[in-house]
Amino acid sequence: MRPITKVDIITRPEKLEELKDAMNKIGVTGMTVTQVYGCGLTKGHTEVYRGQEYNINLVPKVKVEIVVCEVPVERVLEAAKTACRTGKIGDGKIFVYPVANAVRIRTGEEGDIAIMDPADMPK
Amino acid sequence: MRKLWTIFTLCLLLLVIFVPAVFAEGEAPAEAAKIDTGDTTFVLISAALVMIMTPGLALFYGGMVRTKNALATIMQSFFIIGLISVQWVLFGYSLAFGPDISHFVGALDWIGLNGVGQDPNADYAATIPHLAFMIFQGMFAVITPALITGAFAERMKFPAFVVFTLLWATLVYDPVAHWVWGVGGWLRELGVLDFAGGTVVHIISGVSGLVIALMIGKRKGYGSEVMMPHHLPMTVIGASLLWFGWFGFNAGSALGANGLAASAFVTTHIAAAAATVSWVLTEWIHHGKPTILGAASGCVAGLVAITPAAGFVSPIPAVIIGLAAGIICFLAVAVVKAKVGYDDSLDAFGVHGIGGTWGAIATGLFASTSVNPAGADGLFYGNAGQLTTQLIGVGASWITAIVMTFIIIKVIGLFMQVRASAEQEVQGLDITEHGERGYAYQDFMTGSPVSFSVSTSAATQEIVAKKTTLA
Repeated sequence: MRPITKVDIITRPEKLEELKDAMNKIGVTGMTVTQVYGCGLTKGHTEVYRGQEYNINLVPKVKVEIVVCEVPVERVLEAAKTACRTGKIGDGKIFVYPVANAVRIRTGEEGDIAIMDPADMPK
Repeated sequence: MRKLWTIFTLCLLLLVIFVPAVFAEGEAPAEAAKIDTGDTTFVLISAALVMIMTPGLALFYGGMVRTKNALATIMQSFFIIGLISVQWVLFGYSLAFGPDISHFVGALDWIGLNGVGQDPNADYAATIPHLAFMIFQGMFAVITPALITGAFAERMKFPAFVVFTLLWATLVYDPVAHWVWGVGGWLRELGVLDFAGGTVVHIISGVSGLVIALMIGKRKGYGSEVMMPHHLPMTVIGASLLWFGWFGFNAGSALGANGLAASAFVTTHIAAAAATVSWVLTEWIHHGKPTILGAASGCVAGLVAITPAAGFVSPIPAVIIGLAAGIICFLAVAVVKAKVGYDDSLDAFGVHGIGGTWGAIATGLFASTSVNPAGADGLFYGNAGQLTTQLIGVGASWITAIVMTFIIIKVIGLFMQVRASAEQEVQGLDITEHGERGYAYQDFMTGSPVSFSVSTSAATQEIVAKKTTLA
């Protein structure tokens, strides 16, 4: 079984479409997207309601979770960096983890085969 | 089950008490005053317009709270429509407008609307059915306590709210309405001018709101946690309904389809417009951005301020009253509130208490008999005495609201829990008081972190994300 890797990309919500396109281009077939709030170096912004100022330091981000084995992790990282970078503070972070196993619930298949597009499977 | 029986018995008891009233009807005087169909149409439609203000207020307030309290806040206004309408018909109207007792309160002669029928009552409105006048005034009685709910939003228990509202309407609204509008009422005899309720509606509700806010304390986390409005579009719909309904509120107070009604309609609209502009400009200068919440708040502040003056002033004074209202009320909610440090959740006091007080004083400045011969001239029309009279009205209503609200809350506190517990506040009143929620997903910036498990423990401040799986 080839090693399976999970990549978490936390980035600007407005970069989601570009990121999805970039992933599609390099052959990544599945992803899970979550709306999250977070802060890193981002200091947030100020909102004013009836003169009451609020410092919003947790800002809306998207978290894109991708699990790959066929596609090289380096290509995923490269594509994600290119798609999400604006050069300004708040571009986000990428985390990479090893995955112990993967199961396709419908068929019960385990391992790398479970996360591959059936069309790409070696015949 | 026992509780159910208690309620049933109570209802039965009420029925027995009011049955004589039902059969006493029909003894109306033989020669009835002439009903004017135009006036009647106008007042009935105005009553309907005033009615829509309370659900409008529910949305106005509902949008300004956090998701976890949206329904509880809307419920308070909506439930009052039911509660106070019943109170009004049973005895409230009689207390407010019934035959005078020592210039202080109405007698209970009209209990259960006994003697209030299809013929006009010349004392109040000679050309419309007495019932039309009664229901028009009933809508005012409904919205007034609803205004107070903005002050204690997000932290008052529902049972305490119900008892408070009932007692407050009976012991504060009804007597004060009698003083100002009832035949024989002492403020009316003194010459206090209040066209559509600056004193009766806005000052007493706003000041009472401040008293409760101070008595029950700040919301948990006030000043440290993010407590921003969860749905401003809802607030804007609410404000729009208020503005729309206010034409019935003020123009309808002419009690006839006539020139005075048109004048009141115009002054009402201009003042609201002017205050919208001035609040937004003030905020723009003060905080760097013009906001829609500011525009919505500004229009309400202008509407409040023009209410007592609507039928006594000409258009240019209305513009001045509106412009000043926007600035004064903005400073009250954005500067004074922060400095003094009380938690009037949705600024019932800042907008209605302060706006109403300014309006009552402005009436003493700008009133003119050329607009309404039944009124009086104000300071700028050569009658300085009217300003003093207005100030007496303002003082009397402030004192009454402060003292009575304090007593009512203290007394209720002896029998029940007035304020929600810390845990209920964290979870939100929608779930803990009503067992329902406004939104299936509550986001954590403007609501409470909730999970869909049955856990009832106080929710922790962890981030709950909205899961969305994209194709």
